[in-house]
Amino acid sequence: MAPASFQLIAALVLRETSIVYEPRKEYLVEARLHPLAAQAGCADIDAYVRLVTSDPAERRKAVDALTINETSWFRDNAPYQAFTDTMLPELLDRRADRRHLSIWSAACSSGQEAYSIAMLLDQHLPAGWTADILATDVSTAMLARVEAGRYSQVEMNRGLPATHLVKYFTRVGAEFEIVPTLRRMVRTRHLNLAERFPAVGQYDVVLLRNVLIYFDQPTKHSILRRMHEHVTPGGYLLLGSSETTLDLPPDLNAMWEREQIGRVQAHRPAGGGAVPRPAAPPLSAALTGARP
Amino acid sequence: MTQSPMTQSPMTQRALIIDDSKAMRSILRRIVAGLGFETAEAAHGREALDHLEAATATGRVPHLCLIDWNMPVMDGYTFITEVRRRPEWRHVTLMMVTTESEQGQIVRALAAGAHEYVIKPFTPDAIVEKLELLGLVGKGVLA
Repeated sequence: MAPASFQLIAALVLRETSIVYEPRKEYLVEARLHPLAAQAGCADIDAYVRLVTSDPAERRKAVDALTINETSWFRDNAPYQAFTDTMLPELLDRRADRRHLSIWSAACSSGQEAYSIAMLLDQHLPAGWTADILATDVSTAMLARVEAGRYSQVEMNRGLPATHLVKYFTRVGAEFEIVPTLRRMVRTRHLNLAERFPAVGQYDVVLLRNVLIYFDQPTKHSILRRMHEHVTPGGYLLLGSSETTLDLPPDLNAMWEREQIGRVQAHRPAGGGAVPRPAAPPLSAALTGARP
Repeated sequence: MTQSPMTQSPMTQRALIIDDSKAMRSILRRIVAGLGFETAEAAHGREALDHLEAATATGRVPHLCLIDWNMPVMDGYTFITEVRRRPEWRHVTLMMVTTESEQGQIVRALAAGAHEYVIKPFTPDAIVEKLELLGLVGKGVLA
C-alpha cells in the first residue's frame, strides 16, 4: 500500500481508538483490510482507503478490522521483560517475609496473559516461594477457555517461544493443553470492570492492559480509582502501551505514581514506599529460550 | 532460485525462504519483504545450501532462513543439521515453518539448531511476532 494510505489509516485508527500502528506494520494493515477491499469491489488497498475517507460505514468496518483484539503470548514483550528484570526482583525483596506473590490479570480474555506470567514465575520464582494468578473477564465463555487451558495450533504460533511450547504444553488431539502445574497457579472469576469490584483482595501486580480503551472517560477514571485499593503498597499496575498517556483528574494523579521501567510505564500506589532498585543482572535472557 | 527485485542497501537484512511450495514461498516472501527483508528463495534444502555457499563467497549470507520440513532432495531437518556443522554460518537464524506439529519433532528441530518454530497454518502476525522475539525486527525481548 502507498505510504500515504498507511499514514491515513494509522491516523484514523489512532484518533478513534488510541491504538498505534507503527510504520513497520503496513503488512498487517494490508492483510486485515484486503478482505474488506475485495468485498467493496476496490481494485487495491489504496482505492479502498480512498473509499474509507468518504464512507462512514466503511470507515467503521475498517477500524473494527484493525482493532480486533487478537491475543498473543507475551504480548508486546516489553511488559514481560519489565516484570522479569525489574518488578520481580523488587517484589522478591519486599515479600521475603511471606514468600508469596499475587498477580491479577484483569480482562484476561482466553488466558494467554495469565499463563505467560505463570511461565515466567515458573522460571524465576525461587524455591520455597508460591504464587497465585487471578484471571477475570466479563465473558464467561472466555473464563471457560482459561479453565480448559487448551489452545489451537494457530493460537500457539502467536508469540510463544518454541521452547515454551515444548515445556509447558501437551498435545491433545489437534490442540495443546497447558501443563497442570501452571493450570493450578491460575484461578478464574467473573468480573465486569465497569461495575463495583467484589472482594477480590490485593495483588502485587495487576495487569489491566488494552482494556481501558473500550470504556468512556468517566468509566476509565472510576476503574483506576477503584483499582487503587487492590494493588499492594509497592505493587504495580500495568496498562496497555496506548493507555499510559491518559489525562487523569487531580485526585487520580495524586493516587498513582508513574514509574518508567524500560519502555514500560507502570503505575504504583502513591506513598507505597518504592525503594531504589538495586542493579540486578537481567533475567530476561532466559525469557525467550532463543539462543544468540 | 529467484532473487527479489528489491533495492539492496548495506543495512538490509536478508532472508532465505526454503519451501517446495511456490505458493507458500510467495506468502512468506510478502510477509518478510513487508518487514524490510531482502528475500531469496529455494525449493529444497540442497538448493538452499548452494545458495548459502554462493552467498558466503560474496559476503552476503542471509540473516534468516525460513525452513519447511518436508521437501524433496533434502528436507529441512537435514538442512539445519548441515548448516550447524559450519561455524561460519553460526550467526544465521533458523526458523522452521512446517505442518509438523508433534512436540517430539519440535524438540528435534530445536536440538539440531533451529531457533524458532512456526506451525502451519499461521497468520502473518505469527511470523512477525516470532521475528520480534528473535530480535530480527522491531524491539524484541532480546533487543
